[in-house]
Amino acid sequence: MVNNTKIKVRNLNLFYGEHQALIDVNMDIMKNKVTALIGPSGCGKSTFLRTLNRMNDLIDGVKIKGDVLLDDVDIYGNESDLINLRKNVGMVFQKPNPFPKTIYENVAYGPKIHGIKKKSELDEIVEKSLKGAALWDEVKDRLDKPALGLSGGQQQRLCIARCLAVEPDVILMDEPTSALDPISTVKVENLLDELKAKYTIVIVTHNMQQAGRVSDYTSFFLNGKIIETDLTENIFSNPRDKRTEDYITGRFS
Amino acid sequence: MHVVGKLSVKKPIFNRPKKKTNIKEKIAYICIYAVALITMLALISIIGYVLLNGIQHINLEFFTQEPRSMGRKGGIFSIIVGTIYLTIVSIAIATPIGIGAAIYLTEYAKENKLIKIIRFGTETLAGIPSIIFGLFGFVFFVIFLGFRWSILSGGLTLAIMILPTLIRTTEESIKTVPNSLREGSLALGATKWQTIVKVVLPSSIPGILTGLILGIGRAIGETAAIMLTAGSSLGIPESIMDPTRTMSVHVYLLASEGLSKEKTFATASVLIIFVLIINLSANMVANKYIKKLI
Ligand SMILES: Nc1ncnc2c1ncn2[C@@H]1O[C@H](COP(=O)(O)OP(=O)(O)O)[C@@H](O)[C@H]1O
Ligand SMILES: [Mg+2]
Repeated sequence: MVNNTKIKVRNLNLFYGEHQALIDVNMDIMKNKVTALIGPSGCGKSTFLRTLNRMNDLIDGVKIKGDVLLDDVDIYGNESDLINLRKNVGMVFQKPNPFPKTIYENVAYGPKIHGIKKKSELDEIVEKSLKGAALWDEVKDRLDKPALGLSGGQQQRLCIARCLAVEPDVILMDEPTSALDPISTVKVENLLDELKAKYTIVIVTHNMQQAGRVSDYTSFFLNGKIIETDLTENIFSNPRDKRTEDYITGRFS
Repeated sequence: MHVVGKLSVKKPIFNRPKKKTNIKEKIAYICIYAVALITMLALISIIGYVLLNGIQHINLEFFTQEPRSMGRKGGIFSIIVGTIYLTIVSIAIATPIGIGAAIYLTEYAKENKLIKIIRFGTETLAGIPSIIFGLFGFVFFVIFLGFRWSILSGGLTLAIMILPTLIRTTEESIKTVPNSLREGSLALGATKWQTIVKVVLPSSIPGILTGLILGIGRAIGETAAIMLTAGSSLGIPESIMDPTRTMSVHVYLLASEGLSKEKTFATASVLIIFVLIINLSANMVANKYIKKLI
């Protein structure tokens, strides 16, 4: 059981200046599982997700207390290297954000900045990553075309491919389908099922059906605190906390 | 729309103020069109006048021969060389400094007093008359640093002159790059510098080009400041330490000294064509670039 924990979060507190956005958060994130973070908007889901790859470091005035252990190494410890962390913990954002480059260059971007130069090697990574994101068949004939010419759903899968290309262990997704149409959403959701064989996935979603469909574990956030974390089926069938039940049944949003 | 139509049928009184605004709008439109037309006419007649008077005196020799007897005879070969040389030197000095400063101001600097002072400084510099830059260049580069009248002195002076605009336009275009792209790059493990060089700057290139064109335009159009710093020598400059004469200076001297009306207009025509070519090609580059991205 212990060996299956990929990320351990212990007593995590986060402040934006005076405002405390995360309060004593504790969580174990399981290897090769999909963990969903649900909760009303503004409760700190994105903030929490961004502590896992230290994206909050970019914001002025953020203070973080507590531990985040990735494979039992504190990612906020001094010896931990930010670049390696972000290589190991990839992120897919709410709005697809492909670079204004070609499809190929988007996927090759990560490997290139990490020092891979050989064209044949890059070609191989690009193909593998696009296949991994179930996009290869749609774009294999137009790799040199601008990524911004793709549809929103394709762009988001391209962002997933871009993330896969640096071979992370963990993929963080912040409401990855909220800007997509239903058909694209289904494609991304199906993709999650395939990806979890190789990756540990943490996904923020405000769509409870989605959490139910895609995740193995679900964590319910409220006002910066985790109310409960459990197997998704337990959360949805018999939540332990009244507030979770209220949220799940739509009694507040 | 439908509801409004029904209402106005019932109560035609509502139509009156509507009509009034229509007339007002029409007058405004006419005024705007008139102003636009006047601007276009002014532009066309100025360019047309110069070209009409100049083009018949332009021939191959005008481009290939050096000016003789103070420019009354011969061509403007050395002057074209000087113009290009000086422009390239000033752009080569201004571009890295300008882009560097813009990157620093937008991506690294925290809003504080020093930054406000730098901003205020660049904005003030942009509004200072060019002759002041010329005087400064003359005192500082020509005399104090001993660069004499040279392409170097002129290039440095022009570079300072075009820097504020270049910094401003580059800053503006860097600011239009959405933060989500920076986050996307950083989240892949890129450093801040890699993100700037590989994501931010490529997306800002059209804006940077605009700044450069404005800069080149200013460098090419300048006269007094150039005469004070690069001189007005008619010979072909052989090194960056040689003085030179640019086309604008040549036009100014030919006209003010009444040397040759034909050569004045011929040179002015070449100058206009130069500026047009630079503008068009920069536009083409920018468009091509944008097309490749989107
Ligand atoms: N950059 C920021 N600066 C200050 N406060 C922030 C910032 N980002 C988020 N917050 C605040 O932190 C809280 C949690 O926000 P967030 O993590 O985005 O919530 P969620 O993703 O669950 O909607 C909110 O109250 C929000 O206003
Ligand atoms: Mg959020």
